[in-house]
Amino acid sequence: MLLSVRSLSKSFPGTKALDDVDFTLRAGEVHALLGENGAGKSTLIKCLTGAYRRDAGEIVLDGAPISPASTSEAQALGIGTVYQEVNLLPNLTVAQNLTFGREPRRFGLVDGRAQRRMAQEMLSGYGLDIDVGRDLGTCSVAVRQIVAIARAVALSGKVLILDEPTASLDAAEVRLLFDVVRDLRAKGLGIVFVSHFLDQVFDLTDRVTVLRNGRRVATEVTADLDRLRLIEHMLGHELDAGKSDAPRDPAGADADTRTELLRFRELGRRGVVEPFDLTVHRGEVIGLAGLLGAGRTESAELMFGVRTPQTGRTTDAHGPVSHATPREAIAAGFGFAPEDRKTDGIVADLSVRENIVLALQARRGWTRPIPRAEQERLAADYIRRLDIRTSDAEKAVGDLSGGNQQKVVLARWLA
Amino acid sequence: MSVNPRLYPLLATIGIFCVAYAICWMQFPAMLSTRVVGNLLTDNAYLGIVAVGMTIVILSGGIDLSVGSVIAFSGVFIAVLLRDTALHPLVVFALLLGVTTAFGAAMGWIIHAFGVPAFIVTLAGMFLARGAAYMLTIDSVPIAHPFFEALQSAYWLMPGKGRLTLIAVVMLLAVAAGAVLAHRTRFGAGVFALGGGVQTARLMGVRVGATTVGIYAVSGFTAGLSGIVFSIYTGSGYPLATVGTELTAIAAVVIGGTILTGGAGYVAGTLFGVLIMGLIQTYIVFDGSLSSWWTKIVIGLLLLLFILLQKGLLRLTAARA
Repeated sequence: MLLSVRSLSKSFPGTKALDDVDFTLRAGEVHALLGENGAGKSTLIKCLTGAYRRDAGEIVLDGAPISPASTSEAQALGIGTVYQEVNLLPNLTVAQNLTFGREPRRFGLVDGRAQRRMAQEMLSGYGLDIDVGRDLGTCSVAVRQIVAIARAVALSGKVLILDEPTASLDAAEVRLLFDVVRDLRAKGLGIVFVSHFLDQVFDLTDRVTVLRNGRRVATEVTADLDRLRLIEHMLGHELDAGKSDAPRDPAGADADTRTELLRFRELGRRGVVEPFDLTVHRGEVIGLAGLLGAGRTESAELMFGVRTPQTGRTTDAHGPVSHATPREAIAAGFGFAPEDRKTDGIVADLSVRENIVLALQARRGWTRPIPRAEQERLAADYIRRLDIRTSDAEKAVGDLSGGNQQKVVLARWLA
Repeated sequence: MSVNPRLYPLLATIGIFCVAYAICWMQFPAMLSTRVVGNLLTDNAYLGIVAVGMTIVILSGGIDLSVGSVIAFSGVFIAVLLRDTALHPLVVFALLLGVTTAFGAAMGWIIHAFGVPAFIVTLAGMFLARGAAYMLTIDSVPIAHPFFEALQSAYWLMPGKGRLTLIAVVMLLAVAAGAVLAHRTRFGAGVFALGGGVQTARLMGVRVGATTVGIYAVSGFTAGLSGIVFSIYTGSGYPLATVGTELTAIAAVVIGGTILTGGAGYVAGTLFGVLIMGLIQTYIVFDGSLSSWWTKIVIGLLLLLFILLQKGLLRLTAARA
C-alpha cells in the first residue's frame, strides 16, 4: 500500500468536516474520491497536502507515518497536487514554471538555456509539443494542467492528487489529460482523482471512495460498481431507478400548457454571444449546455445584466422587461448565482444571515430596513430548508465550505 | 519567430526614446553630442538608481513610497556626519547603506508579518525618513571634504569631449546589477512569482517572507545609494530635497514598460523610462522658451499612454488565452 489514511478526523468550529475516515491508495492505481459538496473531499485532500493539520488519525506513506505541515513539505515527501484552478504563474514562461525553485545555475546565475532544456526533458513523455519559452498564460487550460502535472510529478513522484482537473476542459482536452494520467499510472504512481463527472470516474479510475457528511461511506472497485449504486452512496438514500432514468421530454405535452413566464428574443452582445432566443415557463429548470467558451456564462450574464445586452428584447405576460443592469434585473425578480461564488457571489466577511437578506434588503431600499427579528426568521428558515451546514446564522460565510456558500447564494435569491 | 507580447511595452519604450531623440536631433543637431549624453546620464543618475529598486518592488506587485524621503535623509546624514565627525566618507557611505537597507528590510518585514498593504507601510516610512532628516538638521548643509570633491570631479572623457561622470557610471552599474538580480537569479524568479500571485508563489515554494524582506531591503539599498549619488551631485544635504521623487521613480518604471500590478517588466526598460524623462527636460533647456512645467505635462501624457498600452495588452493576451 502506497498511502494509507487511518481514522482521520478534522473539525472546524461548529462542524466536523472529517469523522474517522479511512482511505488507501495503491501504487499504480487511480482512485476516485467522490461526494456531494461539503462531504469532506477538500478537507481530506488538504490534510494530505499539508494545507490543514489533522486533529486525529494517521497518514502512512510508503510505510512511514507522515504529518506534512505545509504543501512544500508534502511535496518533498512525495505528494503532489494539481488543482482545478491551475496553481502556476501565468506571467512566467513554461520553462520557468516547470523548473521554479530548482533552476539550473551557472556561476550562481540562472542558466536560461539549461533551464529550457531541463523543462523540455520534464515535458517529454507527455505528448506536448510546445515552445517552453512561451508565457504559460498564453497556453490553453489543458496545456497548463499538463504542465502542472509534469511539475508535480517531477517534484513529488509518488502520489498525485488531481482536484477536479477536468472542470474547465472540453472533451478533447479531457482525453489528452486522461492519456497522461494513464501513462503515469502505468509508471506506478498512485493517483487520487476528484471529479463531479461520473462518466470520467468510470472511464478512468480503478477504485472509488465515497464520502458523505465527513464520513467514508464506501470504497469499491469501479468496475464492480453501477452508476445507480454510486449515486445512492453519494446521496445516502435509494433512488427509484425507473423514475430517475426515464428521460423527460423537454418539449413534452405539458410544456405547451404550462404558463409562459419570460421570453428572451434575439438577446445578444457583439463579440460575446450571438443573439439567442429563450423562453422560460413557470416551474421549469432549463439547462444551458456547451463546451468551455461556448458562451454559457456569458448568456447567463446577459440575462442578469452583468453585461448589458446590445440586441434583443425581453417580455413577460405584462409587457417588456428591462434587465440592462443587475439592479434592473433584480427589480424584475431575477436572481443570479454566479460561476465564481468566491469573488462574485458571497460577501465572505458578512454573516450567513446578512448574506441571505442582502438581495431582499436591496429590493426594499435602504430606507426601509428589514427588522432584525424578521432577518433572523428568514435566515433560520433557509438554513433549515436548504440544509446549510453552519453552526449558527451569525457565522461569516467565508468560513463555510464551498457547497454551503453556494446554498447561501441560492437562499439570497429565494428570500 | 514571433515577438513575445511581454516585450511590447519595452520595445515601445525604446521606440519612443529613439523617435524622441531623433526629433530633438533634427531640431538641435548638438543633441547628438556625447556631452549631452553625458549630462543626460549624470543629471538623472540618482533617479535611475532609485528607479532600479522601485522596478524590483513593482515587479513583485508592491510599491515603495519612502524612497524620496530616504534620499533626502541620506544627503543630510552624509552632510551632518562629515561636518560633525572625522569619519572618512567611505565609512559614512557604508554606515548609511546599512541604515537604509535595514530600514527597507524592516518595512518589508512589517508588510509580510502583519499583512499590511505596502502602500501604507511605505507611506509611514516616507514620513519617518523625512522626519529623521529634519531631526538631523533643518538647514541645507554643504559638504566640504577633499575626498568628496574628488568624487564630484571624477569622470572619463568620451570621444567628442563628453564627460562620463562617476555617478553616471554608478547608475549604469546599478541598472546592470538590478537586471541580473531580477532576471537571472532565483531571488528574481521569486520576485516575479510574487507579482504573479502571492498564494500561487507560496504553493510553488517561494519563501514569501524572506523574499518580501529582501525586495524592500534592495529598495532601501538603492534609495541609500541614490542618496549618496544625489549628495555628490548637489554637494550638500537638505531635508527638503527630492520631495515626490518616489512618484517620479514610479512613473519612470511604468514608462519603462513594467506593469504596475507586478509580474511583468524589465529593469532595462526603467533605464529608458528615466532617459525619456531626462530627454524631455534636456529638450526644454535647449529650446529655452518653453517653461519647465512642460516636462510634467509630457510625462503625464506619456504615463497615461503607457498605462493604456498595458491595459490594451492585457486585453489582447486575455482574448488569446
